Amino acid sequence: MAKTGVYTLLVCLLMGMSAYAAFYIAPTEVTMGLVQRIFYLHAPSGMTSLAAFLVSFVGSVLYLLTRKPKWDWLAVSSAEVGVAFCTVVLLTGPIWAHPAWGVWWAWDARLTSTLVLWLLYVAFLILRTMMEDDGRRAVVSAFFGVFAFLDVPLVYGSIWWWRTQHPQPVVFTSAALDPTMRKVFYLSWLSLMCLMALLIRQRYELESSREELRVLEQELEAR
Amino acid sequence: MKLLSHTAVLLQKELQAEFRSHELLTTASIFILIVIVLFSFTFDPTSGESKQFGPGLLWLAFLFSASLMLQPSFLKEKTNDTLSALRLAVADPFAIFLAKLCANTIFLLITELLLLLVFGVFFNVSVISAFPKLALVFFLGSLGVSTTGTALSAVSSQARMREVLLPILLLPLLVPVLIPSAEATRALFEPEHALRWDWLGILIAFDLVFLTALWLFGEYLLEE
Repeated sequence: MAKTGVYTLLVCLLMGMSAYAAFYIAPTEVTMGLVQRIFYLHAPSGMTSLAAFLVSFVGSVLYLLTRKPKWDWLAVSSAEVGVAFCTVVLLTGPIWAHPAWGVWWAWDARLTSTLVLWLLYVAFLILRTMMEDDGRRAVVSAFFGVFAFLDVPLVYGSIWWWRTQHPQPVVFTSAALDPTMRKVFYLSWLSLMCLMALLIRQRYELESSREELRVLEQELEAR
Repeated sequence: MKLLSHTAVLLQKELQAEFRSHELLTTASIFILIVIVLFSFTFDPTSGESKQFGPGLLWLAFLFSASLMLQPSFLKEKTNDTLSALRLAVADPFAIFLAKLCANTIFLLITELLLLLVFGVFFNVSVISAFPKLALVFFLGSLGVSTTGTALSAVSSQARMREVLLPILLLPLLVPVLIPSAEATRALFEPEHALRWDWLGILIAFDLVFLTALWLFGEYLLEE
């Protein structure tokens, strides 16, 4: 318990620091002005959601291979957290797009593929609610988790080929990004990744307590 | 080798069951026909417009009908409780998937080819001259649809609300089939009938990725 409390405090501190940095330390972008500061939440959330989906994929594969319930818990926890971050991307995107592009939504490559990704993982979560038997739910959803994650590069590839009007990623490739902006970006990403780890951990604990409760209930019934 | 001979026997069973009843093929063809007729009210079906919107609408109709057609694939084994018998009969459970997905690809192709001709007549698009190339696009697209669809039919057959669940699981997964198939079909409707290998490449990649995934993980779906 104490460990969780300390970690939560640390994450809060880190989030506060990155919010301060995004608002006060990062320089104001020349053409877009203040609204560009949403970038420090928008882009790192996208990358964090992908990381969470990767964790979910690993959990699914390991569950299928080992059949240890903990991997199923990891898969569902990280899929839920990934959907939450993906939702943040989809909400902050239009807020940024409206002043920058003049429209709330553009059917460009990255926006569209993020939406498809969100739909895929929402389908994953819906599937889990539709299964009654715990064991079957774990197997079937792990299988779908593998399919969904394998689809991600194909979705990105095909939509990318189809249309691109989104700015190309500037963080890793071009030197045009201001060094301070880059540092603030990495700080935000770090804090969101820590938040992701915290959320997945908490959700995982919940799942494990549920299992404990189930076992206790079964024992009680047997008496 | 055993895998192939088992698959052949199971495939024969699937085809025989369908060609005796014609249930799937008739209902799916009529469904697509209805969708195509309804589409004609949503835009002006002149030749230019048809060439522009037609391929996308056509593929969308195919995907919708596929999400209905693939539903019974595993459900019928469930209702008659024949899945355990099938599992006992074959050495490699992948043979069950392989037979079902081959059968589904054949069913999809039959309805698609029928409806392609109807589409050509209704919307005044020449489909005959580019037919061999179109057949290749339709084959690769349908293989992708039936590979993922057959697997997900095994998934949804074990769940509640399965009729709604299959389209929800399948359709977002099929985005990388819809875009390349529609684009490759559009290029073939143009007078040059150009075969777009960039789009076909994505289709081939999709087919290979999901066939491999099904081969590796499919057997877990058939456990009792």
